[in-house]
Amino acid sequence: MIRVRNLSKTFGSFTAVNDVSFDVEEGEIFAFLGPNGAGKTTTIKMLTTLLKPTSGSMELDGLDPRVEQNEARKRFGIVFQDPSLDGDLTAWENMEIHGVLYHVPRKVRRKRSEELLKLFELWERRNDQVKKFSGGMKRRLEIARGFLHTPRILFLDEPTLGLDPQSRNQLWNHVKKVNEAEKVTVFLTTHYMDEADRVAHRIGVIDHGKLVAQGTPKAIKEQTGTESLEEAFLKLTGATIRDEGADSADAMRQFAKMWSGGRR
Amino acid sequence: MSAIYILWLRELKRYTRSRAQIVASLGQPMLYLLVLGFGLGPVFQRAGNGSYFQFVAPGVIGMSVLFSSIFSGLGILWDRQFGFLKETLVAPVPRIQIMIGRTLGGSTVAVIQGLLVTAVCVIAGFRPANFLTIPLALGFMVLIALLFAALGVAIGSSLRDMQGFQLIMNFLVMPIYFLSGALFPLNDVHKVLKVITSLDPLSYGIDGMRSVLLNKQVFQSVFGPFNDLLVLAAAGSILLVFGAYRFSKIEI
Repeated sequence: MIRVRNLSKTFGSFTAVNDVSFDVEEGEIFAFLGPNGAGKTTTIKMLTTLLKPTSGSMELDGLDPRVEQNEARKRFGIVFQDPSLDGDLTAWENMEIHGVLYHVPRKVRRKRSEELLKLFELWERRNDQVKKFSGGMKRRLEIARGFLHTPRILFLDEPTLGLDPQSRNQLWNHVKKVNEAEKVTVFLTTHYMDEADRVAHRIGVIDHGKLVAQGTPKAIKEQTGTESLEEAFLKLTGATIRDEGADSADAMRQFAKMWSGGRR
Repeated sequence: MSAIYILWLRELKRYTRSRAQIVASLGQPMLYLLVLGFGLGPVFQRAGNGSYFQFVAPGVIGMSVLFSSIFSGLGILWDRQFGFLKETLVAPVPRIQIMIGRTLGGSTVAVIQGLLVTAVCVIAGFRPANFLTIPLALGFMVLIALLFAALGVAIGSSLRDMQGFQLIMNFLVMPIYFLSGALFPLNDVHKVLKVITSLDPLSYGIDGMRSVLLNKQVFQSVFGPFNDLLVLAAAGSILLVFGAYRFSKIEI
């Protein structure tokens, strides 16, 4: 369903994704794991037509997201790592816009919006502006919105960030449900290894832009000779803490990039 | 089509929900209208040009449409900051439709803003030669709004973050306003200034509005209302295409 070959992306002299290849089968739940700044989000951005790769090839359901952008976009849904709601609109209006943009027929849209808002306990607040919501509520709304249409592939970029255990549980149950009932392929990233271990059929570990291991959670544990996925992950990626660059040099680069429209 | 409609509606909702901002955005035009209108009035009169207040009112209307439309286009920067832009960019809708929805929404808001300022002008004592020509002036407002909303989208798509905003304000928006003849007559200006002002699309919008709103005895059109229309339509079309092109190239 997803096919990636020798994918690379460089920003100036920095290589965010370096020669990555992997496949995700139809109906599979694939977890993409890696420390901060490893290249997970950049990979997702390239797969979802937000960023053009420097080199390599990709396929989504047989389509190339670089050239058949619109066809490819019809195949997937995405929950972003960082916020993507309109704070001036209400929760209900955010759902409506999403439904219209994804061509969900009005009746289905209204029915599913209601179900999802109830499921993620936002129904009572549906007519409030999103900017008045707490962080957790915004997150829940993003997730509810992501399930409004039924895509063939669902991208979840750290969906559980900032969620309480109840909502997290609700989310994963729902992910499993759509995966089993509607054969939705799921591509997710997370920092919670226990979640990946529990939900994912297969796992890919990325570090410094390179794919360092892939296989079932069991195979990865065996390969590294560890008991838990957390230990395996630390063994593969080392114990040093990474920072996503925001030093002064980065700020300068950002400033220089300002006028180039990101075409470097 | 429904995508264009929902994004148009979004711009309108955002506008009507920020009441404080609507009032605030009336402040600057009123300052120009009342302070300059009455302050420069006696000098203007003595020079034999008639009432400055009547002269400057269409300029102030044009200014409010300019600001409002160009800022709506630059709203892409805010959407980028707050993330909503991503949501529209991954949707299975051709980007041209997204751009059109935003641009039409921003233009509609700018025209509403222009009409509000027109009402303020009339309340303050502005009298068009004939109230029946207000629909013609409205036509010019629509053209100005579309043109600058498209320009705003083109710039908003090319900037990466908010740091460029001040730059745009000081080196693009303010010059467009001051060089448009909104505040002074373009008939007898120096040759150099004449060339520069004739390169400013807003000059044609304001000249057009004046030619339909003001009495023929007090105001002679610089370019001719028909030429105004042609230039605005042509420049607007070019900027719409350019804006759509820049928007289609956005990467996040």
